[in-house]
Amino acid sequence: MELDSLYQAVILDHYRKPHHKGLQSGFDIQVKHNNPSCGDEVTLNLSISDGVIKAISWDGVGCSISMASASMMSDLLLDQSYEDANQILAEFVELMQSKGQSQGNEALLDDAVAFAGVSKFPARIKCALLGWMAYKDASSQLMA
Amino acid sequence: MVDLSQYKKDFPILSRTVRGGNPLVYLDSGATSQKPEQVISAEGDFYRKHNAAVHRGAHLLAEEASAAYESARENVATFIGAKAAETIFTKSATESINAIAYSFGNSDSSSKFSIKAGDEIVVSEMEHHANLIPWQQLAKRTGAKLRWFEVTPEGRLDLSKLSDVINAKTKIVAITHQSNVLGSITPLKPITAAARAVGALIVLDACQSVPHFKVDVKELDVDFIMFSGHKMLGPTGVGILWGRETLLNEMSPFLFGGSMIDSVTMTEATWAQLPQKFEAGVPNMAQAVGLSAAVDYLNKVGMKNLHEHEIALTKQMLDGLSQIQGVNIIGPVEIKDRGGVVSFTIDGVHPHDVGQYLDQHGIAVRTGHHCAWPLMRKLNLVGTTRASFHLYNNADDVIKLLDSVSEVQAYFKVKI
Ligand SMILES: Cc1ncc(COP(=O)(O)O)c(C=O)c1O
Repeated sequence: MELDSLYQAVILDHYRKPHHKGLQSGFDIQVKHNNPSCGDEVTLNLSISDGVIKAISWDGVGCSISMASASMMSDLLLDQSYEDANQILAEFVELMQSKGQSQGNEALLDDAVAFAGVSKFPARIKCALLGWMAYKDASSQLMA
Repeated sequence: MVDLSQYKKDFPILSRTVRGGNPLVYLDSGATSQKPEQVISAEGDFYRKHNAAVHRGAHLLAEEASAAYESARENVATFIGAKAAETIFTKSATESINAIAYSFGNSDSSSKFSIKAGDEIVVSEMEHHANLIPWQQLAKRTGAKLRWFEVTPEGRLDLSKLSDVINAKTKIVAITHQSNVLGSITPLKPITAAARAVGALIVLDACQSVPHFKVDVKELDVDFIMFSGHKMLGPTGVGILWGRETLLNEMSPFLFGGSMIDSVTMTEATWAQLPQKFEAGVPNMAQAVGLSAAVDYLNKVGMKNLHEHEIALTKQMLDGLSQIQGVNIIGPVEIKDRGGVVSFTIDGVHPHDVGQYLDQHGIAVRTGHHCAWPLMRKLNLVGTTRASFHLYNNADDVIKLLDSVSEVQAYFKVKI
């Protein structure tokens, strides 16, 4: 079923048991993003020191796609340099815009290539990007 | 149950297939209804045969276009028991509500429509954003206070504080006729009585009522109603603002331009009579004509039949959903004072994911906050899944929805 390409097992796993969910204290910046069309919300705490992502935690309410994506994002970006994190972010955004044409670069995205199927469902791309856009906002404010 | 099955074939879109190669089960008429061939061709025929700017031009086409536009107005007016002069074409219900809110906000301090600090505007927690934000912003601009009726846990308007909410300071009561989320129909009598007692104006958002059951403005005892053509089998781009003639005569126009004037100099202008006073610019003529065809269609089906049909489907849906484990109905479970809108949640599965699962089976529903975010916050929900009906739906559609809903938790591996 076409739907299975959207709801890959690894996505549903992260949805049920999200990583780095629950806001941790001691952050450098906190941002809150929402998706006004469906009401999903993500709050993200981020710390960057010496150009490295030292801490990332988040909380929020939303669909399986938005929550699983925020979960995998925090796994992927923690302990990366700001530059490497930006590369991963760019790769993920590109995957989301690929209209089902890309498998995603597994070397950069690891399990997050499971979101490739989302790019065929235009209404869900914003869900998948919610946490990532919160990160982009927070990190660019910190590095400005 | 009344048999409306003969009508479905008039709706060309309902014979297409959608995702997964499934036939379309359209359960999103609360957002917008589908259109019968009669409406599509009325709109097309206007462009093919009569297109010209109405109320101007000395040629035959202009005469025909004006006649078609004005007879559309007559037809819509009769449908709601109104006079043509009081029935104003706008672009949508949203525009209608904003228009009167602006008109009130711009009026002279001596006018009965003037809103100032110390005045109160009353809405409810179940308003669509379209009947909340214009009033919220009017209150902000003028220093008036926004008050509201709360919603009971079962999804009805809580009128227990009626005499506090509507009081001597109340200038406007703006309320929905039927909730687009909960399906509950507002008990108008006590509200209009309280508003009349203090001389407040009454604005009724009829977006979810006029398309589904007989509404007669003479029986309502309200001052303004508004609704959109696209939810009642008509085209997009046309809505109605109805107001009492005496009030509309006293109100200032809110859009200025061509067609709405009586006389113009470089420094002054005077206004045309109703309804032109409120219809600046070349209007959405083809859409008005299409709306008239929709009204003809609804009259042919019969609003009483339509309502009975939708109530039967709603009952079937409520009964079915209440038997599925893990499903919670959001809104009254009793059919009394309830329309054909059914919201629900499924434990452990986000509404967006529910909607996606249903879509895979060809079932189109709405998910999310339904432009009623404050209501969602009040009910402590992130959103709901909403199925809503119109005349082309049938018992089979309900069964398909129920079957798919009962599979959702297993698909998302929620432990029951
Ligand atoms: C109760 C209610 N009010 C207002 C509106 C706004 O209608 P429109 O978007 O057609 O202007 C809607 C439509 O969703 C509605 O359901």
